[in-house]
Amino acid sequence: MVAPLLEVRHLRVEFPTRRGTLLALDDISFEIAPGEVLGIVGESGAGKSLTGAAIIGLLDPPGRIAGGEIRLEGQRIDNLPYEQMRAIRGRKIGAIFQDPLTSLNPLYTIGRQLTETIQTHLPVSAEQARQRAIRLLQETGIPAAEQRIDQYPHQFSGGMRQRVVIALALAAEPKLIVADEPTTALDVSIQAQIISLLKRLCREHGAAVMLVTHDMGVIAETCDRVAVLYAGRVAEMGPVADVIHRPQHPYTAGLMGSIPAMDEDRERLLQIDGSMPRLNAIPNGCAFNPRCPKVMGRCRVERPDLMDAGATRAACWLVEAQSVVV
Amino acid sequence: MTIPVVPPAPGALARFLDGDVWHSFKASPMAIVAAVIAFVCVFCAVFANWVAPHNPFDLVTLDLGDARLPPAWIEDGKSKFLLGTDDQGRDILSAVMFGARISLLVGLASVLLSLLVGVGLGLLSGFAGGKIDGFIMRICDVMLSFPSILIALLIDGVGRAVFPNAHDTLAFGVLILAISLTGWVQYARTVRGSTLVERNKEYVQAARVIGVSPYRIMVRHVLPNVLGPVLVLATIQVAAAILTEATLSFLGVGVPPTSPSLGTLIRVGNDFLFSGEWWITIFPGVMLVLIALSVNLLGDWLRDALNPRLR
Amino acid sequence: MTALVEVQDLAKVFDVSAPWLNRVIERKPRLFVHAVDGVSFSIERGKTLALVGESGCGKSTVARLLVGLYQPTRGTVRFDGQATGAARDPGELRLLRRRMQMIFQDPYASLNPRWKVLDIVGEPLREHALVNPSKGGAGEMRDRVAALLQSVGLAAADTEKFPHQFSGGQRQRISIARALATQPEFLVCDEPTSALDVSVQAQVLNIMKDLQRKQGLTYLFISHNLAVVRHVADQVGVMYLGRLVELADKADLFAKARHPYTRMLLDAIPDIHMSGRRRTPVQGEVPNPLSPPAGCAFHPRCPNANARCSAERPALKTFAGIQVACHAVEEGRI
Repeated sequence: MVAPLLEVRHLRVEFPTRRGTLLALDDISFEIAPGEVLGIVGESGAGKSLTGAAIIGLLDPPGRIAGGEIRLEGQRIDNLPYEQMRAIRGRKIGAIFQDPLTSLNPLYTIGRQLTETIQTHLPVSAEQARQRAIRLLQETGIPAAEQRIDQYPHQFSGGMRQRVVIALALAAEPKLIVADEPTTALDVSIQAQIISLLKRLCREHGAAVMLVTHDMGVIAETCDRVAVLYAGRVAEMGPVADVIHRPQHPYTAGLMGSIPAMDEDRERLLQIDGSMPRLNAIPNGCAFNPRCPKVMGRCRVERPDLMDAGATRAACWLVEAQSVVV
Repeated sequence: MTIPVVPPAPGALARFLDGDVWHSFKASPMAIVAAVIAFVCVFCAVFANWVAPHNPFDLVTLDLGDARLPPAWIEDGKSKFLLGTDDQGRDILSAVMFGARISLLVGLASVLLSLLVGVGLGLLSGFAGGKIDGFIMRICDVMLSFPSILIALLIDGVGRAVFPNAHDTLAFGVLILAISLTGWVQYARTVRGSTLVERNKEYVQAARVIGVSPYRIMVRHVLPNVLGPVLVLATIQVAAAILTEATLSFLGVGVPPTSPSLGTLIRVGNDFLFSGEWWITIFPGVMLVLIALSVNLLGDWLRDALNPRLR
Repeated sequence: MTALVEVQDLAKVFDVSAPWLNRVIERKPRLFVHAVDGVSFSIERGKTLALVGESGCGKSTVARLLVGLYQPTRGTVRFDGQATGAARDPGELRLLRRRMQMIFQDPYASLNPRWKVLDIVGEPLREHALVNPSKGGAGEMRDRVAALLQSVGLAAADTEKFPHQFSGGQRQRISIARALATQPEFLVCDEPTSALDVSVQAQVLNIMKDLQRKQGLTYLFISHNLAVVRHVADQVGVMYLGRLVELADKADLFAKARHPYTRMLLDAIPDIHMSGRRRTPVQGEVPNPLSPPAGCAFHPRCPNANARCSAERPALKTFAGIQVACHAVEEGRI
């Protein structure tokens, strides 16, 4: 068994407000092996962006990590002081955010931004850094990289900018890339290009990816494993094909059913009544119980942990009932 | 079958007390102190007739023997005149209260007029766009290139020339007009910016699709949403207006001498500064500073309190 | 039977030139964007036409042209046989506005944050004098608004609340309730579910389909999501840089799309069921609308382009029941 690259154990993130403390992430645990692509999927309010932010160390105050630990290559990174975290961020962890427009500084050329990142984390000269930057741009498919390296972000289109952001994330050869909705702001045809680019480059550079998104289609295309988040907790986790085709958790099943499919015609989409609970009104027991079509009495009282359900793990009492029967 | 009982929605006051603004106020000692000081000043000014120990305008009660008395805690002072008297025996404390009333009156009235003109023109400018927008903005640019005092002096001078024997009310009117015309540009620009943003939002487009008239959209849809920053500006502008009025009165072209404002008092007292009777000019000055400072601090707090919602 | 909505050669040109002073001093030319460039289609009563395309293709502009938010530069829009542009008489225009309404994309910006839901949904009723709240009609207004809210799955008590107390999906339902207040026949929906989560999207789409069935509504549905379009539409039109490149019944389009751009779009959709279907890689990006390519707008990215494609703009022609604007299809090359 290869040692995991990233280990998240019982992570809790809370937001103290004047009306009480809101628990945004409640006991999240997962691992990412080196070179693996893990998808974190969930709807708005589930806490997936917060997970990414907590790992990179960019939680907006007053949000803070209230419990659990995050280990990168065995070393704890959730309790590091700012300066040490800054060294790790960029060198070992690269980040790609949703909006390519705001991810790049409009006042500097992309060459300057690339070389600045490279030289901050790697002991190379300015000329070497520039050569590296040009190579990265070529790898990400930007034509005429030697000329375009001296252009400003506004001279690139949206898709091109996102390629530059990918290059920036890979600049210091990180082991882990955290990508938060990298294709949501892009057109469908560009999305397809960026997804395949991300997958290919990360494989070539040997970087693991934590892909945070709400789009199951993107997850299906890129990820090896996926974790489904609901109301700050992990509902189901497992290999992508199993979670998508044979979901064990009723929420995952409902989610897959409500996505309109390209290959079948249905009169009505499966709908999950109600909506995700607000942070200050999370139900007792299993967070999904008010909306669950298969709710049992136990669900309203006891909160289920992730349990083995064949190929995946699901936080659902139904799974335990099934395994007992078998 | 039971009819579901709908609990009454919380009223406006309940919503306010539960809201972020009130909580922010309670949590900010500066805001509370500023509010208290402002309240005291305003209270004294408004109810000067009852709160002031003497009536400085009643010639019958004046006694020249009481002239130039220092404040009560200094040797030679009388406890009857807490802050001393001026050269005609008028109680400084009372004069300051009545003077504050005049200053506040002029300040508030000019801000109100500024608001009306500024918000109205800003809304129109942002909503109509095109040539009307360009025209109004150019007027703003021109007005901003003149120092406000100069504009006020100009209008005041013109007013006096046109109405040489004007009685006091008209003089007040001209003064208020003069001050308000220096301040409206800020509102116009701020409101125009907010209007441009709101105009493109879908709720405005929805109203257009429904068929609502542009005037109604402007007033009932856009206006409530652009008033936030205006509130902050207006609060701070009250202080500025009072100071402008004080300056004009100090220069002698402000309020008529029969209704002395704080500025007039400062000017009159200035002559006595070098003969050692400092209290005649200092206390009106202190009151002016207190009012302006507390209102400014309140405005600062308000801007921060309203800020997260203005996103 | 005449179609409810008929659009002929609709076009909209935006003047995006720099201000006059800048143009004079810097000698910049005037710049125009042909956001919509000659679009024609018709929608039968009770049916849904979906317009699909990527950003900048002009589909949102078409939506706004239909409801009168923009005035067309050329072309005609006919509603129930009547040209909408010619209806300058305010009375006629008002009647027209009652019969067609619009639902917008952003649930957070489409409701006035300072108004109560009662006023928001009641505004069309008030505006078209269907209810007069000041003359004792306040109770009737409340009742009608409550009924509208219930028809979209919300509660009658929600009339007293403000928009910020609702989630995105609920706000979109309030928008639908508002659009239905005047009992329109035609609804233009501009990406109504793009900003919503998948499970919420399912709820809203189901409601929209139910309402269409119950009230015989006609929809123009704008979207960039082909899977959603497949679920709701009867007819699909694909737009690229302001032009219609393909227009067909849903089944035909998804089974045997002819235009290379449509095929590219279909290929680009992530394969959620991982059927392992083969895909042609996507090439290039949408060109700058300020300087569209000559001839066929898609030719720089098209694997089947020839000399004619870069010179002559293809017209929308019918082949086996599908309308396609493509020289290669016309010449039988693909």
